[in-house]
Amino acid sequence: MSLMKDLTNGIYKENPVFKLALGMCPFLAVTTSVENALGMGAAATFVLIASNFLVSLFRNLIPSKVRIPCYIVIIATFVTLVDMVMHAYLPALHKSLGIFIPLIVVNCIILGRAEGFANRHPVLNSVADGIGMGIGFTMAMVVLATFRELLGNGTWLNMDVLGSAFQNQPLLIAILAPGAFILLSFIMGFFKILETRKGGCQ
Amino acid sequence: MNASAIMSMLLAAPSSGNQGFDLGRMMAIIIAAIFVNNFVLSRFLGICPFIGVSKQLDSAIGMGAAVIFVMTLATLGSWSVYNLLLVPMNLGYLKTIVFILIIASLVQLVEMILQKFSPSLYRALGIFLPLITTNCAILGVAVLNIDEKYSLGYSLVNAIAAGIGFTLALILMAGLRQRLELADVPPALRGKPMAFLIAGVMSIAFLGFAGLGG
Repeated sequence: MSLMKDLTNGIYKENPVFKLALGMCPFLAVTTSVENALGMGAAATFVLIASNFLVSLFRNLIPSKVRIPCYIVIIATFVTLVDMVMHAYLPALHKSLGIFIPLIVVNCIILGRAEGFANRHPVLNSVADGIGMGIGFTMAMVVLATFRELLGNGTWLNMDVLGSAFQNQPLLIAILAPGAFILLSFIMGFFKILETRKGGCQ
Repeated sequence: MNASAIMSMLLAAPSSGNQGFDLGRMMAIIIAAIFVNNFVLSRFLGICPFIGVSKQLDSAIGMGAAVIFVMTLATLGSWSVYNLLLVPMNLGYLKTIVFILIIASLVQLVEMILQKFSPSLYRALGIFLPLITTNCAILGVAVLNIDEKYSLGYSLVNAIAAGIGFTLALILMAGLRQRLELADVPPALRGKPMAFLIAGVMSIAFLGFAGLGG
C-alpha cells in the first residue's frame, strides 16, 4: 500500500514542478513542443528511476560525509548513458534538446529525490518514487508544452489542430522565451486558486 | 515569418571554428552572452537562483558576484581538462561527469580558500557558494564553450559575459521585486507566479536585443 502511495505522491500531491518548483530550467526551455517535452520527460524519468535505484541500493555503503559527490557521479553516469543512446537512435530529438541533456545532471529534482527519499527508503519504494516523480515531471512539461505548441504553432504533437488560418498568424510569443514564463505564471496561479477553493477560507 | 525561422535567428550562436583572436568577434560574443542570449531570460539557465535569491538587492549582487567568479574558474578548469586531457585520450564522452566533478570540487576549494584568506569575502559570498554547484548556468557555460569549439580566450570571455548577463537579470529582478512588496497583486498570483510573470515581461524586453551584434 505504501508502494502505491510513493508512486502517486509525485504525480499530484508533491508534483515536482507545480508544487515544489524544482527542475525549472529544463521545464521552461524544452517545452516549445510536446515532442520535446515527452523526450525530455523520458530521459529525466529514466535517470530518476536508475539513480534512485542505485542510491537506495548503496544507501548503507556510502559514507554520509561524501554522499553528495557520490550521488552526483551516479546521476552523471546515467545522464551520459542517456546522452549516448539518444545521440545514436534519436539524433533529431538529441539535437533539439541540445545542451539540456547534459544538464539533467544538475536538475534539482533528481538530486533532491536521491537526497530526500532514496537514501532512507528501500529499493522498491525508491523506484516507485522515481517513476511517480518522473511521470509528474513529464506531465507538467506536457501541460505547458501543449499550451505553447497550440498557441505558438497551431499544432499538437506535430498534428494540425487549429488549421492553416491560425498557423499563418500564430501567437508567436507563446513559443518564444517570454511565453514560457508568462504561461507558467498563469498555470501556477490556476493551481493556487484550486488549492484555496479546496481548502476553503484560510 | 514562421516560428522556426525566428527561433533559429534568436538562438543563432556566433559561427565557430575561427581560433585566432578577433576583437569584433569578441565583442559579438560579449553582446550575445549578456543581451541577445541572456542566460536567464532567453536560454533558461539558472532559473532556481534567479527566482530564489532575487528577493533582496544585496543578496542578488552577492550571488551574481559568486556566479561570475565560479563561472570563470569553472570554464578555465573544464576547458583545460577537456582539450588537454580528454580529447588526446579519446575520452570526450566523459565530459558531463568530469565537468560536474570539476565544478563541485572547485566550489569546495574556493570556499576553503576564501575562508582562510579573506573571511570578509567569505562571509559575503559564503551562503551562496554551496548553491552554485547545482546552478545549471555554470555547467551550461562549460558545455556550451565546448559545443561552440571556442578557444580558451573566447571561452573565458564568454563565461565572464554570461556571468554578467546572469547578474544583470538577477539585479533587475531584485529591484522589481522590492518594488512589488508595495503593489497590490491578485492573491492567486502572489509569490512565485508573479515572479515568473515579471520574468516574462523582462524577457520580452530582452527580445528587443535580437539580431544585435550579428
